[in-house]
Amino acid sequence: MAYTIKKATEIADKIFEVWIDAPHVAHNACAGQFVVIRTDESGERIPLTISATDGDLVRIVFMAVGKTTTQLSDLVSGDTIQDIAGPLGQPSEVKRWGRCVVIGGGVGIACLPILARELKAIGNEVIGIIGARNETLLLLEDELSAACDELVICTDDGSKGFHGFPADILKQKLEEKTIDAVWIIGPAIMMKITSIATLPKKVKTFVSLNPIMVDGTGMCGSCRVTIGGETKFACVDGPEFDAHLVDWDGLMQRQRIYPEQERQSLELYHEHKCRCGEKHE
Amino acid sequence: MSISADVVKSMNNRPAEERILDFLEVEQGLSEESAVLEALRCMGCPRPRCKSGCPVNIDIPAFINEIAQNNFRNAARLLKKENMLPAICGRVCPQENQCEGLCILGIKSKPVRIGALERFVADWERENGVETPDVAPSTGKNVAVVGSGPAGITAASELARAGHSVTIFESLHKAGGVMSYGIPEFRLPKEIVNAEIDQVLSLGVDLKLNHIVGRSITSEELLAYDAVFIGTGAGLPYFMGIEGENLNGVYSANEFLTRVNLMHANVFPEYDTPVIQGSSVAVVGGGNVAMDSARVAKRMGAKVYLIYRRREEDLPAREAEAANAIEEGIEFICCANPTKILGGPAVSGIECVRMNMCELDESGRPCPVPVEGEEGKFTLNVDVVIEAIGQGPNPLLASLIPGLKRGKKGNIIVDENGRTSIHHVFAGGDIATGAATVIEAMGTAKKAAQSINEMLK
Repeated sequence: MAYTIKKATEIADKIFEVWIDAPHVAHNACAGQFVVIRTDESGERIPLTISATDGDLVRIVFMAVGKTTTQLSDLVSGDTIQDIAGPLGQPSEVKRWGRCVVIGGGVGIACLPILARELKAIGNEVIGIIGARNETLLLLEDELSAACDELVICTDDGSKGFHGFPADILKQKLEEKTIDAVWIIGPAIMMKITSIATLPKKVKTFVSLNPIMVDGTGMCGSCRVTIGGETKFACVDGPEFDAHLVDWDGLMQRQRIYPEQERQSLELYHEHKCRCGEKHE
Repeated sequence: MSISADVVKSMNNRPAEERILDFLEVEQGLSEESAVLEALRCMGCPRPRCKSGCPVNIDIPAFINEIAQNNFRNAARLLKKENMLPAICGRVCPQENQCEGLCILGIKSKPVRIGALERFVADWERENGVETPDVAPSTGKNVAVVGSGPAGITAASELARAGHSVTIFESLHKAGGVMSYGIPEFRLPKEIVNAEIDQVLSLGVDLKLNHIVGRSITSEELLAYDAVFIGTGAGLPYFMGIEGENLNGVYSANEFLTRVNLMHANVFPEYDTPVIQGSSVAVVGGGNVAMDSARVAKRMGAKVYLIYRRREEDLPAREAEAANAIEEGIEFICCANPTKILGGPAVSGIECVRMNMCELDESGRPCPVPVEGEEGKFTLNVDVVIEAIGQGPNPLLASLIPGLKRGKKGNIIVDENGRTSIHHVFAGGDIATGAATVIEAMGTAKKAAQSINEMLK
């Protein structure tokens, strides 16, 4: 069984969106859930958050950094991938909170559209804050301005929007208005630092954790994380958890188990591509 | 040493020094001549005890009689009538506790090697042309099978042969469950697993990979089938709960074995999935999964310790597997228990305490109690720790189906026919019984499938 790519586009610098024909995932997918994909027979199983769905199609968005994501970025419409399993994980806690803030950092911005739409559909006011290092790394701005009541754009270097971090805007919003729930999705260090802002007022804050996974169904324990002193499996108990209970250092340590192998794998892929003299096999 | 060397001698194994260098099968099959000779040893008891020890009720004397008469084709038909996975069972069943353990010849000498004969027939058929068993005319009923491990595959074959339209939902990208991700190649070659599963699929069973029931299809969609069989297994790994358990290099046996068996991390970077290649590995536990983990680590070039809290004679693993592991140079450290994993961020060692054996506990084994003070402590320098201390029922699916009653340990509660608290939903294998063997899973699955066939009449 193979699954067909219907559309593949580079939407920001090295960041790609890929629409995959996978009705079994698309039909029941909710905000917060993810898929596990395997590009080919010798591929690794990697988890990617579901960014949007449209009929039978599922959208994933990723930055080409490792072997698998680079290989995925080389695919074009009509190509196939070997496997896509999902939707996996617990859906986001979508209910009538009142006023919500959804924050995306870097490629994490891609997780927001489905969440913002679900929150808004049941009557929440949704404020979006997105941040990236610079303008070339921003994505999905139009889609998010449509999905949110208000969208604030930040860049670390000031090349677009507010010159600073999403955490600065979040602090400002927390002072101006009552905020009932916050989602922060991005790199672990960004989630850790940004979530400090909601501590004083004890605002319910969710983060989406991305440890290394294998099966994604609770069978291997690779993705174990410590939440409030308890061991949880991000794949089945999460991936979203209460930000204020996460052992961030533990998470970041376990994200870096295989740096050497990841480098080797990517190098080999580049070498192979050069030898073949074309974009993909 | 209490594991007897006799156990190893009675097997037809490749030499240890040769086999630890590869993942090829350790135990070699019988030749036609030796199979016939072995079959001729069977006394053909009028009231065969062996048969009562078989969880899937194979007519053992009958198939052995066919071998004795050189009718291998007939032997295969008789086997497959009751068991569609004979090449697998011939390899991984604990026959010493089942059919062979009851063989009358075993009282005075060695029992008939029923497992080896079963394997011989299955291998013979695979090489000489596989016959697909008859399938009853279509009943028009649809049955969903959740999970494609030993239980799911067995149930699917029983149900399909009865004429039902069967769909298997498997969450992984490959069918076989523990036979694919758990049991290593050198004990159960994947080629054989694939071939036997293909035979079941050839009965007209539809296999849907990458489908998580409760997610990819909703529980309402599942319950809309005329009947459902759940065989999702014991996939939840337990951890010891000691300090240092989240260091890089600590694996559950499930993760370690999945990375190697299913994802081929042993041949990284040819395959993309990595695993830490330990130079020195500690495996914690004493069951078959611990033996498998230790023997895989050994084949990847590590010095391997196996740490078990009770005595060697208490090891829950099959004696043959423990004997194989010892022969392959795994160092068993019995009466010891890890207390702390050292290092940061990578594993550098494991601290253990020696255990004294005290009065018998409820399992009839001596209760291990830690030795007090410094004299009881010791440390091993290792860079990988694999915890093989058991698995619980996979809680994911059961928690997604409202109304499905579960026991304290998360297992699905079934009656003697395999029926759950939902009338048309049945369960078998480890999800119902707790972690057990391939053949026990097949036995309970077969029973449940027969109940479904009865219900759908």
